[in-house]
Amino acid sequence: MTRRTLAVVSAGLSQPSSTRLLADQLAAAARDELVRRGDEVELRVVELRDHAHDVVNNLLTGFPSTELRAALDAVTGADGIVAVTPIFNASYNGLFKSFFDVVDAQALVDRPVLIGATGGTARHSLALEHAVRPMFGYLRAVVLPTSVFAAPEDWSGGTAEGALRARIDRAGRELADQVDRRPPATGPADPFALTTDFAQLLGSREG
Amino acid sequence: MQFGVFTVGDVTVDPTTGREPTEHERIKAMVTIALKAEEVGLDVFATGEHHNRPFVPSSPTTMLGHIAARTERLLLSTATTLITTNDPVKIAEDYAMLQHLADGRVDLMMGRGNTGPVYPWFGQDIRNGIRLAVENYELLHRLWREDVVDWQGKFRTPLQSFTSTPRPLDDVPPFVWHGSIRSPEIAEQAAYYGDGFFANHIFWPKEHTQRMVGLYRQRFAHYGHGSPEQAIVGLGGQVFMRRNSQDAVREFRPYFDNAPVYGHGPSLEEFTRQTPLTVGSPQQVIDRTLGFREYVGDYQRQLFLLDHAGLPLKTVLEQLDLLGEEVVPVLRKEFDALRPAHVPVAPTHASLVAARDAALAGTGDAGDLAAAGAEGVR
Repeated sequence: MTRRTLAVVSAGLSQPSSTRLLADQLAAAARDELVRRGDEVELRVVELRDHAHDVVNNLLTGFPSTELRAALDAVTGADGIVAVTPIFNASYNGLFKSFFDVVDAQALVDRPVLIGATGGTARHSLALEHAVRPMFGYLRAVVLPTSVFAAPEDWSGGTAEGALRARIDRAGRELADQVDRRPPATGPADPFALTTDFAQLLGSREG
Repeated sequence: MQFGVFTVGDVTVDPTTGREPTEHERIKAMVTIALKAEEVGLDVFATGEHHNRPFVPSSPTTMLGHIAARTERLLLSTATTLITTNDPVKIAEDYAMLQHLADGRVDLMMGRGNTGPVYPWFGQDIRNGIRLAVENYELLHRLWREDVVDWQGKFRTPLQSFTSTPRPLDDVPPFVWHGSIRSPEIAEQAAYYGDGFFANHIFWPKEHTQRMVGLYRQRFAHYGHGSPEQAIVGLGGQVFMRRNSQDAVREFRPYFDNAPVYGHGPSLEEFTRQTPLTVGSPQQVIDRTLGFREYVGDYQRQLFLLDHAGLPLKTVLEQLDLLGEEVVPVLRKEFDALRPAHVPVAPTHASLVAARDAALAGTGDAGDLAAAGAEGVR
């Protein structure tokens, strides 16, 4: 049995939040699929609202508070990430972007990421493709083919077995697939690790 | 143990009065602070080097030479000298000249500088920061130790049969510290040469300092300069004091809230918890500062930042009085009592000359900093 961790990042601002609801459902789908395959799964939920001030402080001071450090480590040290944002002005909200702005640019390389979003109308759905996906592309994360957008009609009109449910399950399986084919994560990288020695540093100037 | 002040030389509006000092006033204030540092019994004054507003100290050796002429005992240093954008030949010449004029009361702290636009003004590129620091310092190190240098590198025109003049005082180069916040390569560089390592230790959490100093100590031993605890470590620190700690918090808060580096971000309370900043009574500063050695080990130099964020000169001089009268005498006594005999004090010109002479006479270990430090003052 392999131990796996999934980080669940929600940038919803209201309480309760449909963004968090979607994040929880996506995470549960991925977890259930991994458990079915014999893994032991821990979900680490990061509600960005709880870290909003610390995120801005990190942008200004260059370092995270202890609490934000723990949240960042939960994300960068996870085997897979579920990242869900409300769509504001045709893109992720500022809190979502600011949080990933203080994640080390190398920390998510090759990390499977399932992206999701919520919005006031289904016409916002492509923001996942033109805003959220490219951001994780820049970070060289592995963004799953299925992204999941939930509009108000998905919550109200549909049945429990409706189209949203099917997309959530498919996305959950895709995340499980990507997590499954990788060795367990080794935790967040150590930014102070010495990866060279002075002979190399001196030698590199010849090049 | 050496104690002193370091200044970045910022020109900042006093948020309580709205008044901005002129460049002339700020430059003169820096000199007054240095003279006061000697008067109240501190050991070191270090100036930053900047080539962009709102900072004034673009020409450190001019200022330090002036201060040297007006002081007797004070050690003059930098925080930091830009090893990336200065020509190492000019650093070698300028600081050797200063060393002669100050009769050896000079050392330097190398730093890269983190302001991208400054680099191209001097023909460089910030993306080469580490490589510039490595190559330029390697050349500087040779220029101070070899009379005639043939040299070719990547960033500077080659040198053929070049002699940097004047030669260092007594043929012993100034001691060098390497300053860095979070680049392990710089800790490695300091360790390789057996130079000192200075952790900024003001705007960042203590964990950064702890990791960097730990790495430096381990690599210092790896390169055969002594045991890890014999490595030469300096720390920054930032304090604001009044006899009554509530008064200190009340008076400092507007300066904190509007400070260029961290203003409009975390609260004063959050920042004092997260970083080594201490705002309170002299006793609180003593207790916090003594705590530094618990995570970096016994160290050799403590510099305080006192004069930034628009604090008026009068207030800064009052801070220096408190530091010199109430804080440093206690710290000096306590740190010295705690330091084991095999841990050296910071090298001085006299101790480095003595170590060199001992090595030449075959009675010492050539270039052994621990031996040099053991002979140092204080």
